[in-house]
Amino acid sequence: MVASAPQLAEFESHPAPTQRPRGILALLAAPITWMVVFYLIPLLILLAHAFWSVDYLTIDRTFTLENIKTVFTNSLYPTVLIRTFLMATAVTLTSIVIAFPISWFLAKKADRNKELLLILVIFPLWSSYLVRAFAWKTILGTNGILNSVLQWSGLTHEPVSWFLYSKTGMFITFCHVWLPFMILPLYTILDRLPNALLEASDDLGGGSWATFRRVVLPLSLPGIVAGSLAVFSLTMGDYITPSLIGGSPGTELIGGIVADQFGVANNWPLGAALILPILVILMAFVLIANQFGALGRDEG
Amino acid sequence: MNLTNDLPIPFRGDPSKRRSWPLSIATLLTYLFLYLPLVVVILYSFSSTKVNKWPIKGFSLRWYEELFHDSDIWDAIRLSVFVGLVAAAIAVVLGTLTAYALDRYRFRAKAAVRFAIGLPIVLPGIVTGVAMLSFFSLMAFPLSKWTIIIGHATFCTVLVVNNVAARLSQLPRSLDEASLDLGATPVQTFRRITFPLVRPAIVAGAILSFTLSFDEIIVTFFLTGRDKTLPLLIWGRLRMGISPEINATATIIILTSLALVLLAAAILRRSGQRIF
Repeated sequence: MVASAPQLAEFESHPAPTQRPRGILALLAAPITWMVVFYLIPLLILLAHAFWSVDYLTIDRTFTLENIKTVFTNSLYPTVLIRTFLMATAVTLTSIVIAFPISWFLAKKADRNKELLLILVIFPLWSSYLVRAFAWKTILGTNGILNSVLQWSGLTHEPVSWFLYSKTGMFITFCHVWLPFMILPLYTILDRLPNALLEASDDLGGGSWATFRRVVLPLSLPGIVAGSLAVFSLTMGDYITPSLIGGSPGTELIGGIVADQFGVANNWPLGAALILPILVILMAFVLIANQFGALGRDEG
Repeated sequence: MNLTNDLPIPFRGDPSKRRSWPLSIATLLTYLFLYLPLVVVILYSFSSTKVNKWPIKGFSLRWYEELFHDSDIWDAIRLSVFVGLVAAAIAVVLGTLTAYALDRYRFRAKAAVRFAIGLPIVLPGIVTGVAMLSFFSLMAFPLSKWTIIIGHATFCTVLVVNNVAARLSQLPRSLDEASLDLGATPVQTFRRITFPLVRPAIVAGAILSFTLSFDEIIVTFFLTGRDKTLPLLIWGRLRMGISPEINATATIIILTSLALVLLAAAILRRSGQRIF
């Protein structure tokens, strides 16, 4: 992971005038030092915490497997981990289904307003995530828009109480807040998909469904996997939406429990141990994504 | 697989040009889904009542007035702007150096460097947050606005790298070579040739970094001492219960972010690059 100096010093010989070993070290010294000191070392320290313990307010740095044992044997944590995993999976799969039509439209149908339409897709990513999660609280509440519309249309007579403070509410909110992360890579890959392939499939008599299943879907896999990695990872680690939209017993996700351990519960070693399963699942996902070429080409 | 069953049929025109109403409707609904919450917050910010009830009972500007006189919010905005500016400046320096190295040099560890720089956005924010928190605590480094800045700069760097690398890959290498052949040093070449050409991408990367930092909560939550950035202030008030002022604050955040994103898009567009 860490680019060490001897690795950096080995270059392929190349005639261009900029191929100087000293130059590359000068350029990368600051960024690599920053990433090592402020990111990679902190990650290692976090991992180390998982094998330490807490003694009142101080951290006892003797090796122990107690936290790891707690994570897998406690009555709450395994359930929460499985619930978080299932939630992240459901949100990811739903995002793929929602993102496909709009990505296809942007890549293949939009002409004149394409740039504006694309900016409209990415803009929500840059508008506060907290604000968008909070907005769902006002939409899903018993006095919210959703219940008002349902009652006005006569579909329900009483306000539905399980939209908010429930897994359903969290699911809807997650699908909303992370959707652009799925649309962007999917659009990018569909935009590059040559129309000639679609025409060929069409000319050979493949109907829309056959073309989609046998041509479009296999070729868009890298985009789907890249988007899935983002959506899955963001859902696995979130604690804002569970607190705002969940917040009732049986809706806890692992992110909220970890945040509590580093906050009010003040048990950092247990919090670090709870992160381990998240990291293992995500690293497995990253390795799979790499197989699909979803992380970009590795040049050089 | 069963090609023999699917008899060839006459040419039906370019399949990608066919109009499809279900597709257009699905796209429209997706935009509604993306924007409904933002529109709702903006509408409620003009509500005259305290409760976020639908339909809105009458419009007023009272929440904007209260917001204007709320000194806590102004302190939070000042802190968020400061953090955003410094974090963006650091990200620009680190990101431009990295992008230049990735584009102009071939080295074996390139994939590793790219992976390390991108890791803070592949792993969830909570991991970044608690990892840095444990690091600063172990080093006995007190939490302050500076620890927030370090956190933000770390995940903003990859944004600048992506923007600048995209621009660099468009530039013909011959410009650099001509400058070097004419006797300019690599530093002079960068300053006089490369930098002016990648400047739009750097500026756009800086604006996007600022916007991301300004809105960030997940990492910030773990790295703050007693200082409250704007999202942290909102988060604190939301946990107390919904205060209607929040809608007005949120509206201002949404509109500021929109202006910044459009600005970044316009800058990139003038140089023939696109924001995505």
